[in-house]
Amino acid sequence: MVKSGDRPPAFRVQDCALAALATGKRAQNLRELRELLRDIHPGCIYYHFWGVLLRPRFDNPEYLNDFAEWARHGLHDHVLAERLAVIHPAEFPDMEGLRTVLIEEIENRLDETDSTPWAKPDREFHFIRTHIAVFDTHRRIENPPELASVVPQMSQGSVFYHFIDARRRTPKGVDDFQAWLAPFGETYADLVNRIRDIDPYFATLRDLREQLAGVMKQYFRGGKP
Amino acid sequence: MNDLLNNYAHVAGEDVIQHLQQLAAPLEGIRVVHVNSTRIGGGVAEILNKMVPLMSSLGLDVQWEVISGEAEFYQCTKSFHNALQGMPVEVSMPLRKAYEATNEQTAEKHRQLLTEADVVIVHDPQPAALLKFLPGRKGKWIWRCHIDVSRPYRPVWRYLKDFVSGYDGSVFSLVDFTQVLPHPQYLIPPSIDPLSEKNTDLAVGKVRAVLQEFGIDPRRPLIVQVSRFDRFKDPVGVIRAYRLTKRFIPQLQLVLAGGGATDDPEGDAVLNEVREAAGDDPDIHVLLLPADAHVTINALQRAADIVLQKSIREGFGLTVSEAMWKGKPVIGGDTGGIRLQVSNHHTGFLVSTPEGAALRIQYLLRNREKLTQMGEKARNFVRDNFLLTRQVREYLTIILGMLRGTGERMEIS
Repeated sequence: MVKSGDRPPAFRVQDCALAALATGKRAQNLRELRELLRDIHPGCIYYHFWGVLLRPRFDNPEYLNDFAEWARHGLHDHVLAERLAVIHPAEFPDMEGLRTVLIEEIENRLDETDSTPWAKPDREFHFIRTHIAVFDTHRRIENPPELASVVPQMSQGSVFYHFIDARRRTPKGVDDFQAWLAPFGETYADLVNRIRDIDPYFATLRDLREQLAGVMKQYFRGGKP
Repeated sequence: MNDLLNNYAHVAGEDVIQHLQQLAAPLEGIRVVHVNSTRIGGGVAEILNKMVPLMSSLGLDVQWEVISGEAEFYQCTKSFHNALQGMPVEVSMPLRKAYEATNEQTAEKHRQLLTEADVVIVHDPQPAALLKFLPGRKGKWIWRCHIDVSRPYRPVWRYLKDFVSGYDGSVFSLVDFTQVLPHPQYLIPPSIDPLSEKNTDLAVGKVRAVLQEFGIDPRRPLIVQVSRFDRFKDPVGVIRAYRLTKRFIPQLQLVLAGGGATDDPEGDAVLNEVREAAGDDPDIHVLLLPADAHVTINALQRAADIVLQKSIREGFGLTVSEAMWKGKPVIGGDTGGIRLQVSNHHTGFLVSTPEGAALRIQYLLRNREKLTQMGEKARNFVRDNFLLTRQVREYLTIILGMLRGTGERMEIS
């Protein structure tokens, strides 16, 4: 339980916008992809896993990351596509772990196959990275029960910033909601658990906002503090 | 919120406009100048006509200037345009001199405005050399390339590259369109303006009137392709897809609507091929429309059950988003920017042959519920991703990044 003097500062609702940048690095076959992955900027790996949430895409896409999508539609390698698609970026505390597992999967596949799969010239894999602009909405949440009314109003940029981007900012690699509620101790432990159960990767930002709003509403309407 | 922002909020959502206002707040009052080569006609002018007022209404001080020259200048820039898209075109020294002289004169004419502006956005190759003649410039300069320069004719690209390399950044529509340059290359897909004549809501009566004008039966199924009469748009392939479908759905009607072909030497030949392929089928309507027939295009897209954009090669193909905004599923060629707009099996289908298109047309016309669902998804998809408001958001983000220069992450207080 938090003593009155130890209350965490108000939750600052931030928003963000992303600008995508071409790196000029591109792969036409699987070996080139592996070589480029060895020292590509970690921001690229982040973009090709998490950036998809802020790009034109539809609910339930066939593959959730760009590497799997390229393996399927660029290289026509279904096996590799499925293996890359199952990689869940939230399991990795940083991009280096993700880089390692990507390279391992590609090397395994290269060992298994007699020839190197190639993509047509208009299906090359282009590495992209982003700049993120973060700005204050000047909205503040003083008390946790306010989350139930504020979260449903958040922009998709805010959802991305607090629920996705937070994982590379917060010391424990969690979203901002969990990080903010943690100092309240046992008081909101159940709510923290429910937020933790929301998968950040298998939904659009619109869906994530709905899931978060649903959890907050259910929790606070259920008569908890 | 002023009237213009209210109008955009009405179609794009209030949250989208609030987001833009917050992003624009730290940029209030900065001087932004757009420079292109025409105020009327063409996609760039169309978008600037809408983008400049929208950016201004967000508090930026935005101006729009154009470069204009003599016949040799346009001859040169037309050659650039073709060469950048891969055509082996030699550009003679006198034409290059005319190009540089026109840029120098324009730089002189707007010297104060351009050197004092905080941000200058130069569109396409025509005014690209301006920067060379303004060494005392104060602001950040962005080259916005609307052309696919992925496989340019190298001698011409090398010449132009010398001018654009000095910019602080460039913007391309798709990553596939980029070239290696010594500055950041941002990616901003184009967008449609929901408030333009081409895209705004139309009364049912107006749509019916257009159908009546062309003798199209509103009670029978209709498929429509809107595009120039160009082989890369595969209009003859569309007719073949229609014929393959008509065997099973005899009531089907087809409209192929396109603009005039005055500046395209191949346009007339392709139009003749299309007319020949259409033969005397009264249910195929080949419409050669004037460049300003926006309302007619709007009505035809709204009247369609399905819209096609069966291109073999395509830059971005914004007619796809136009149709989707009207709640129509799109059957599009699996190429270029169409891949970004048509989410296969969600907002339409990507196809590679007339046979593939025919299969999907039949499927949708026989599954009306699916057709309606896809149309609704298509409209929402465009609302989230391909409206002008999204494009302005990305410009503002880039401008913030350039002016603040804080690297990968900018915290704006």
